[in-house]
Amino acid sequence: MDSAVQGKDAVRAALPENRALASLLAWNADAVLDAKYHLKELTVTIARDEIRGACKAVQSAGYNFLEDVTCVDWYPSEPRFQVTYHILSHALKDRVRLISPVESIDPTIDSITPIWPSANFYEREVWDLFGVRFHGHPELRRIMLPEEWDGHPLRKDYPVEGYR
Amino acid sequence: MPTSPELAKFVETSTLIKPRQEEGAKDRTMVVNMGPQHPSTHGVLRLVIEIDGETVLKVVPDIGYLHTGIEKTCEAKFYQQVVPMTDRIDYLCPMTNNLTYCLAVEKLLQLEIPDRAQWIRVLLNELTRLQSHLVWLGTHAMDIGALTVFLYCFREREDILRLFEHVAGQRMMTSYFRVGGLALEPPLDFFDRVKTFIKRMPEKIDEYENLLTGNPIFINRLKGVGYLSGEDAIALGVTGPPLRASGVDWDLRRDMPYSSYEKFQFRVPVSNDCDVWARYVVRIQEMRESVKIIEQALEGMPEGPITANAPHVVLPDREKMKTQMESLIYHFKIVTEGFTVPAGQVYQAVESPRGEMGYFAVSDGTAKPYRVHMRNPSFATLQALQTMCAGRLIADVVAVIGSIDIVLGEIDR
Repeated sequence: MDSAVQGKDAVRAALPENRALASLLAWNADAVLDAKYHLKELTVTIARDEIRGACKAVQSAGYNFLEDVTCVDWYPSEPRFQVTYHILSHALKDRVRLISPVESIDPTIDSITPIWPSANFYEREVWDLFGVRFHGHPELRRIMLPEEWDGHPLRKDYPVEGYR
Repeated sequence: MPTSPELAKFVETSTLIKPRQEEGAKDRTMVVNMGPQHPSTHGVLRLVIEIDGETVLKVVPDIGYLHTGIEKTCEAKFYQQVVPMTDRIDYLCPMTNNLTYCLAVEKLLQLEIPDRAQWIRVLLNELTRLQSHLVWLGTHAMDIGALTVFLYCFREREDILRLFEHVAGQRMMTSYFRVGGLALEPPLDFFDRVKTFIKRMPEKIDEYENLLTGNPIFINRLKGVGYLSGEDAIALGVTGPPLRASGVDWDLRRDMPYSSYEKFQFRVPVSNDCDVWARYVVRIQEMRESVKIIEQALEGMPEGPITANAPHVVLPDREKMKTQMESLIYHFKIVTEGFTVPAGQVYQAVESPRGEMGYFAVSDGTAKPYRVHMRNPSFATLQALQTMCAGRLIADVVAVIGSIDIVLGEIDR
């Protein structure tokens, strides 16, 4: 399938066997804002406040391994940040990408460290480089840069050579 | 969910340590800084270790000394110009980084890569795995105190680097892969030289094993040290040989094949011992499997082109560029303007010597990547250090760091 399938009902019809999408829709269909199937990769958009529940839902569906947490800055459009989770299932040999839109004013999202402890470093990295705060993270401090660093370098409005 | 008590403790309180001042425990614990520069790490890693006598209570890694800013720089380059930068991420496996990035962009472009290019990529990747494991084995053994193995391993690594120089013109930062294929057809005698080298390799691995596997000092320093259960490994995001040494049978080359790995026969070594010794055994067996893959690649190497049929992405032949107007125009346009990539997001993961290396590439339809994110195996594995070291002696920390085969280039970025 080369062309993209957009919309959660269309993707559901195109992928009847996919357990990640089925479990998310069974868990809370309202929190699933959108879904997309493109280049054989499934992307599910989750409402910002529901991300922890969504991670629990895919985890109980067999997606046991959190590969990565990262972020994309869509400056200047709103919602500005796209926090991205890549979750893998060892048993199903399948991967799902959860994305969650975060507004630029007070960018905050729930931390998923209670579900996967590996999110600890990943979320610190996102906080350090993008300035997205993770609510409930055990120690949200910078990881790559010194504590007194000015700004968050991977934001699109941060100049390549720094402020100074 | 956290399963072992050490892991639960790590999740609850992993703030930077201060010496304990409460009543009764006065002056019992102290904080030691290991690093920022320690011989057992490739690069700069500082470990803040709280010890009670010689027993480790807590290890907090403090990273961030390199500041390459590589992800930010990628956003200012054309797609093809990113390839030389991916070499610098993990300087012990440049070819694997090249491959991951190229596969991700090729997925966005929906390019069909010819068989020959894919097989040469597999061959070079396995050579890279061998040389990376040789550096690991040499330095790991040196940390434990066995210097001879270090010299032997670097002797063989030198041979592999010479092969890289022969094919790519560069020893370490090869940049040999291109989006859409390879830079050049390998020189005529390249495959013969690889064959000569690989024929000797099993003997050499036997030689290392003769020095280490039966060595009582080596065994006592490694066995039972750095325990990490399979559940904890998955919860902490550990991949690669440390994951397989914890009894989880998972290898991306076999389970989610890429670049024609499904055509090769090999075994995935797994151990249930979950300690530093198991990681040593798994890696040694992996080297033997790599040798087998390289032999198969040499035997069945297909003929044909080494670049995809995509004139808007791949630079034309030098000869064609000089004689055909159209090729000259394509050449000029690709060099000056780059090539555009359709909008989309992809995640491509491969099995690097250290574990799962993934590139998350976002395109907005222009000639420069909107965002490139690197998921690097050492970064995740470093989190498991606390779980592996707690309750052990401080001398074991060195063995454990060696066993996770850390490269700071890919952690700091």
